[in-house]
Amino acid sequence: MTETTENYQLDQEEYIINMGPQHPSTHGVLRFEVSLKGEMVRNIRPHCGYIHRGIEKMCEKNTYQQIIHLTDRLDYLSAHSNNELVCLTVEEALEIEVPERVKYIRTIMAELNRIASHQLWWCSMGMDMGGLTCFFYGLRDREPILDIFEETCGGRLLLSYNCPGGVMYDLHPNFQKRVKDYIKYFRKKLPEYDALLSGNIIFLERTKGLGVLTLEDAISFGVTGPTGRASGFSCDIRKTQPYSAYSKVDFKEILYTEGDTFHRYKARIDEMWESMNIIEQLIDNIPEGDYAVKMKPIIKLPAGEYYKSVETARGELGLYLISDGNKSPYRFKLRSPNFINLGALASMVKDTKIADLVAISASLDLVIPDIDR
Amino acid sequence: MDLEKLKEKLISIVPTAEFEENKQFLTAVIPSDKLHSLAKKLKESEDTLFDYLFCLSAVDWTTHIGVVYHLTSTKLNHNIVLKVKTTDRENTVFDSVTDVWKTAEFHEREAFDLMGIKFKNHPDMRRIFLEDDWIGYPLRKDYKDDVNIVEQ
Repeated sequence: MTETTENYQLDQEEYIINMGPQHPSTHGVLRFEVSLKGEMVRNIRPHCGYIHRGIEKMCEKNTYQQIIHLTDRLDYLSAHSNNELVCLTVEEALEIEVPERVKYIRTIMAELNRIASHQLWWCSMGMDMGGLTCFFYGLRDREPILDIFEETCGGRLLLSYNCPGGVMYDLHPNFQKRVKDYIKYFRKKLPEYDALLSGNIIFLERTKGLGVLTLEDAISFGVTGPTGRASGFSCDIRKTQPYSAYSKVDFKEILYTEGDTFHRYKARIDEMWESMNIIEQLIDNIPEGDYAVKMKPIIKLPAGEYYKSVETARGELGLYLISDGNKSPYRFKLRSPNFINLGALASMVKDTKIADLVAISASLDLVIPDIDR
Repeated sequence: MDLEKLKEKLISIVPTAEFEENKQFLTAVIPSDKLHSLAKKLKESEDTLFDYLFCLSAVDWTTHIGVVYHLTSTKLNHNIVLKVKTTDRENTVFDSVTDVWKTAEFHEREAFDLMGIKFKNHPDMRRIFLEDDWIGYPLRKDYKDDVNIVEQ
């Protein structure tokens, strides 16, 4: 006997439970409708929208300077990259060349932001899998980065440091020293992460070979970021369409072919090493000069369509902007990486245990406000 | 494949395609009934291989309403933008491309939710963000809502 709920069929032994909207492992208000047979997951249906704020619609009513403060609130752990995307799009549309100094500052800040974001992902993934110690290690190491941000621009999480034409303020005199000290410190601390979790036999058994996403599926689902690269999808925007100062630095694109939960984990750990390499190459060579180009108080983009993307900590964040020549965009469509990555989750968790669903969704590193824009 | 060849290829598949001026990408407006067969051909042909749909946007141009597809090939490294448009605002229907690119499933649900564009043959055509009983489609330019204020 089968029973139909809305538009899919349930077997007699199958039943549905809800995971979320308030569940520690969804890291925000997201609900999975999980259909189970015993302990095995047969299908999941994500329900989004609990914190949908209509940012795209709001952007259609705001000026480009105001939009910066809205894009902060998409993927709040990559706030700097989100802002950078809007700035790059505006600068490209107006054909403004920003000073070299700005490019360097933006790249360093984006990489610091990426490290902080991966640290929070690492500690919460450890916590999801039952290792509470990770949480304290991750937050301990993240704190100094937030302090650097605070000293630079006043914000710790939502930076709003970028503005069209450059950055809001010049770097603090302490910036270079503090960043260098931090990199020295974190180079010693990152191997601790491996010692604590990466080599842990319980962790390995719970992640290796689990939730495999094939390369073909990764491309078809459009899964980007470390999640896509763990499946062998070469999708790093910093490499394919270099922006800011990424063309001047030498770094590796982390690629694995296995595509399982463990390699998604590994890709992010390796990315933290690469981010430190990038920062080290730039921090001593920040050119002197202006920190911003003087812009008009009201920016009007020439009528037309623009597409630009940047690499946030979670993947390709794209912006499709249509301008009709007014002071605010006509259409402001965001291609947010978390929303797209979530689309692939159902295919990854099929026929795994319900405890594995927690591990797999943790390895996707979902940030809910980026799904519900 | 360079842009000229890509253009010729597109014309050979859909002779009625119109091209728009765009500095960044080759942009073509496609009659909506040809969309699905064109998508399939562009993905499968050896010389195009558009395997990655990186953005799908619903746009309300006030006179028209439609969908913009940003495609790229991960193997051949070329891009194309396809557009479909219609003047029918009441019952806006296009073919779904979910069977060609799986990522379209979520994109199309979003387009349905916020712009009111229905997709034929979509496996799960429901609202994704808003409540099922929400009236209207917020991203449309003529959307008015006195309770949940979206206008300034």
